Amino acid sequence: MSFKIIGTGRELPGRMVTNDDLSKIVDTSDEWIFSRSGIKTRYISTGESALELGAGAARKALDDAGVRPEDLDLIICSTMQGDHCTPSLGCEIQSQLGAGCPAFDVNAACSGFIYALDIASGYFAAGRAKRVLVVSVDMMSRLLDWTDRTTCVLFGDGAGAVVLAEGDNLLTSFITAKGDSQYLKISFKYADNPFCIGSDASPYLYMDGREIFRFAVSALAEDIQRCIREAGITPEMVSWVIPHQANSRIIDSAAVKSGITREKFYLNLDKYGNTSSASIPIGLDELARSGKLIRGQLLIMSAFGGGLTTGGCVIRW
Amino acid sequence: MVFEKVRDMLAEYKSVDASTIKPETTLEELKLDSLDTVQIVMDLEAEFNITLETDAQIKTVGEIVALIESKL
Repeated sequence: MSFKIIGTGRELPGRMVTNDDLSKIVDTSDEWIFSRSGIKTRYISTGESALELGAGAARKALDDAGVRPEDLDLIICSTMQGDHCTPSLGCEIQSQLGAGCPAFDVNAACSGFIYALDIASGYFAAGRAKRVLVVSVDMMSRLLDWTDRTTCVLFGDGAGAVVLAEGDNLLTSFITAKGDSQYLKISFKYADNPFCIGSDASPYLYMDGREIFRFAVSALAEDIQRCIREAGITPEMVSWVIPHQANSRIIDSAAVKSGITREKFYLNLDKYGNTSSASIPIGLDELARSGKLIRGQLLIMSAFGGGLTTGGCVIRW
Repeated sequence: MVFEKVRDMLAEYKSVDASTIKPETTLEELKLDSLDTVQIVMDLEAEFNITLETDAQIKTVGEIVALIESKL
């Protein structure tokens, strides 16, 4: 017993920020940003909380699924950082929705949504859940060095959600980890512990763009091939690939190596930038509501991110 | 031999005529940015079965050839 996706939703902050807007605060240009990444705009919180975005996406997914919050057996929230360390964002969303089920957060950075689906598949296989809400929220604007023109232009805020029900639509799912903080790291600011002197971690995103590009291109290409192999399908049978929306150049390179034609890769990062774990469910919601994703079609979702983590799955929509 | 392979790979990558690429041609002249350089490093590693640094300091086609030859 696995699951099928019966509802999707997304929620973005109200303020759209263009590349030209960013060129007023850091030394950059629309031409540089777009040619390097394929991004034109992103949505940045001007005060909206992770809870507002997460609950907003969740409500839309529940409405789409025709499921009431009280009917949920589990809420899995993927996020690098909610509004608080505790309560977890999952707990806060549970409360906001009026659900009564267990809820917890998962941090696998940009791979968080795929990790959450993989975890959910275990609950369904064990017969422990019939209705699961997966909601992914990442507030990148709180984590960026807004003076670093090489990184602050690439990310956006957002939330995406899916409602899962019992079904047999998950053909395969896997997650991977290779612990390494050298090329991608976001630290915390700790309290001033009088017993511990001199810990001064920078609480902002640090990324070696070239090394991460290399990791991402390999990961995406290999994971798509692994998805195809483990699902026992052929590239021609796949209708859509929703990759983590980090950078169009990564997707262009990986598509060539993956054996799946480029037109099948769904991209919306030009609008939203890199919204970390929210990027795939936001893309899924757009694709589903556009009418282009048709029931019965095979969909690959593939993510890669800090950790270093990756994950992939094949779903029959 | 190495030069010809590198030249042909770059020509295909940038969709230009291979005859326009010489050892002294710079990556900048070919309009390759730093992400393109990473991509090319990955493709060269696969083609020649070697390992290169992601941040290999290569500015010209000739330097790429020299780097590969030093690893063979």
